[in-house]
Amino acid sequence: MGAGHGHKLHYHGHSVVHRAPAHLKILVLLGFTVLVVATPGEWYAAFGAYLLVIAVVVGVSRVPATYLLKRSLIEVPFLAFALLLPFVAHGPRTDVLGLSVSESGLLAAWALLAKGTLGVLASLTLAATTEPHELLHGLERLRLPSQLVQIMAFMVRYLDVVTGEMQRMKVARESRGFSARDPRQWPVLARSAGALFIRSYERGERVHLAMLSRGYTGRMPRIEGRP
Amino acid sequence: MHVPNGFLDAPTSMATGAAAVVCVGAALAGARRELDDRTAPMAGLVAAFVFATQMLNFPVAAGTSGHLLGGALAAVLVGPWTALLCMSVVFLVQSLLFADGGITALGTNIILMGVTTVVVGWLLFVLLRALLPKRPSLVPLEAGLAAMVSVPAAALVFVGLYAAGGTADLSLGELAVAMVGVHTLIGIGEAAITFLAVASIVAVRPDLVYGARPLLARRELEIRATATEATA
Amino acid sequence: MNAPVLDVRGLAYAYPDGHQALFGVDLHVHRGERVALLGPNGAGKTTLVLHLNGILSADSGGHGAGAVSVSGLPVEKANLAEIRRRVGVVFQDPDDQLFMGTVRADVAFGPANLGIRGAELDRRVMHALDQVGMAEFVDRPPHHLSFGQRRRVAVATVLAMEPEILVLDEPSSNLDPASRRELADILRSLDVTLLMVTHDLPYALELCPRSVVLSGGAVVADGSTYDVLADEPLMRAHRLELPFGFDPRNVTPRP
Repeated sequence: MGAGHGHKLHYHGHSVVHRAPAHLKILVLLGFTVLVVATPGEWYAAFGAYLLVIAVVVGVSRVPATYLLKRSLIEVPFLAFALLLPFVAHGPRTDVLGLSVSESGLLAAWALLAKGTLGVLASLTLAATTEPHELLHGLERLRLPSQLVQIMAFMVRYLDVVTGEMQRMKVARESRGFSARDPRQWPVLARSAGALFIRSYERGERVHLAMLSRGYTGRMPRIEGRP
Repeated sequence: MHVPNGFLDAPTSMATGAAAVVCVGAALAGARRELDDRTAPMAGLVAAFVFATQMLNFPVAAGTSGHLLGGALAAVLVGPWTALLCMSVVFLVQSLLFADGGITALGTNIILMGVTTVVVGWLLFVLLRALLPKRPSLVPLEAGLAAMVSVPAAALVFVGLYAAGGTADLSLGELAVAMVGVHTLIGIGEAAITFLAVASIVAVRPDLVYGARPLLARRELEIRATATEATA
Repeated sequence: MNAPVLDVRGLAYAYPDGHQALFGVDLHVHRGERVALLGPNGAGKTTLVLHLNGILSADSGGHGAGAVSVSGLPVEKANLAEIRRRVGVVFQDPDDQLFMGTVRADVAFGPANLGIRGAELDRRVMHALDQVGMAEFVDRPPHHLSFGQRRRVAVATVLAMEPEILVLDEPSSNLDPASRRELADILRSLDVTLLMVTHDLPYALELCPRSVVLSGGAVVADGSTYDVLADEPLMRAHRLELPFGFDPRNVTPRP
């Protein structure tokens, strides 16, 4: 049961980047991303500089680049969207490699690609160097309302359990020759989701009982003396 | 359909960000009415579940796939205010740890996939619950229908936002048709998952489904009466 | 002799759906005793345990009769906070019990709910972890620990509340033999009254001089663990089976 070894996105290490306070890292990430997004798409050199900054931070953190690249695949659906833009956008057209494409679409695609990729890399660097519970403390220190922090704490705690459960159900499905390729398989996926929910709910209830048994009254106690 | 950084222009991102702050603020106040000491762990679990199922991509048509949004489902399970908090937490974690949806687009994503699906889903659910016979066994159907409509509604809001602050000029008519078309299909998947998830919970533990509780109060009293007779 | 630590009288309970789980249970546990609660699945063991700290009661929605008191204090709504301090329940799955980000925060959760803060809280946390031999893991996230380690931390989360009676639900389940023995050593070293719900009959014999058998919602046997396990007709009648090759008559009792 849920004997996960930490967070799949977290890359264990002891570098300066790992040890920096989480709330600082969140603020830096936010500032960096805002800067990247606010930069006009035509300032090509600026994007090169941003990439260099990320490369330096990643280098200092000693997280392998391949580790980050593998995880940035999450961006792929939007890459596809970006690649389509030059062909479907309107406005004056230009020729690239013999293909007629929209100029504004081309620029938009480039900007989307550059900004999206930089954002993804920056976030993944944070994820790789910060344990989820440190992130929670960081957000708490940044005055995220306590109800949200509480929900998030439980969510982070149970994500491993729920995804583990889901993975086992997937393995069980696929070892019986199932693969999700077309809508006819929806009922199977939907029933899996239902079963997943029941399991998660029952666990939630047991957790609730365990909390009540230790005097929980509906408010998380403030526990000081944490490192 | 998580919106990444830089997809919408700065004014639009800021406007949706401000709107999201207002909505989450309202939800924080509203959730106090839904909260009992059971809610925080349950809300965390709903968030974890929505998070996990958002990774469960289901095939739609040639080459495209959609994922569960979960707003209507969460609203029926824990109540609309708490649901919005759950959804916001999901998007926050996704943007920080999984780079799914940009941080500067967090407000946009909360409005699109959180507020829209929760509000549309919950209102439609309450409407259906009022119109249809008051039986707990109909709750999954009502939840499913509400979920089905909530997805294309989110797609329409997306088109609206894109019209206001898109960074490439696409034909809005085509975009609307494509988005709503694809998301109607996704909505059917969403409806099926919501229906089955709610049905399996209502079957085992109807008291855990927020949206079914008003229908349950009466039923529970009847059971109590027979239980008293049996043991007295 | 002063009041028993645990005094259950005529406890009956039916769930809100009408299903009746307990039919008049009587159970008394005195200070310093270690008692095993045995019984087949569905015997009402969990329902009984949840009554001991007032999670289930006649006011919790079901229909109940009888009374539970802990060191003379009746289990009722007004006393719940004190009852939950006195009765420490360790649940079967440590993942249900450990939900905070670090071992320290998890162990501090119970005493902090009691209003304990600062240096005293730290002392309680470290003392509880020392008792289960997990002090060096205080700043680790619980989900990084092995299953056996998590079970020990789960015990510590309850010890930190300094309970008068420790109630353990299936403490040996899913443990490998070494972890199972380590936990037995820890439980034996604790100076606390113990009620242990278990299917692990050799474990009961090893740790608990006295056993109570619950079956069909009522106590059907209460005596020395050795006598209970050696009573073949009783064991058979209540679906209690010793593991293959295990005979209590061949076990030399611990000095």
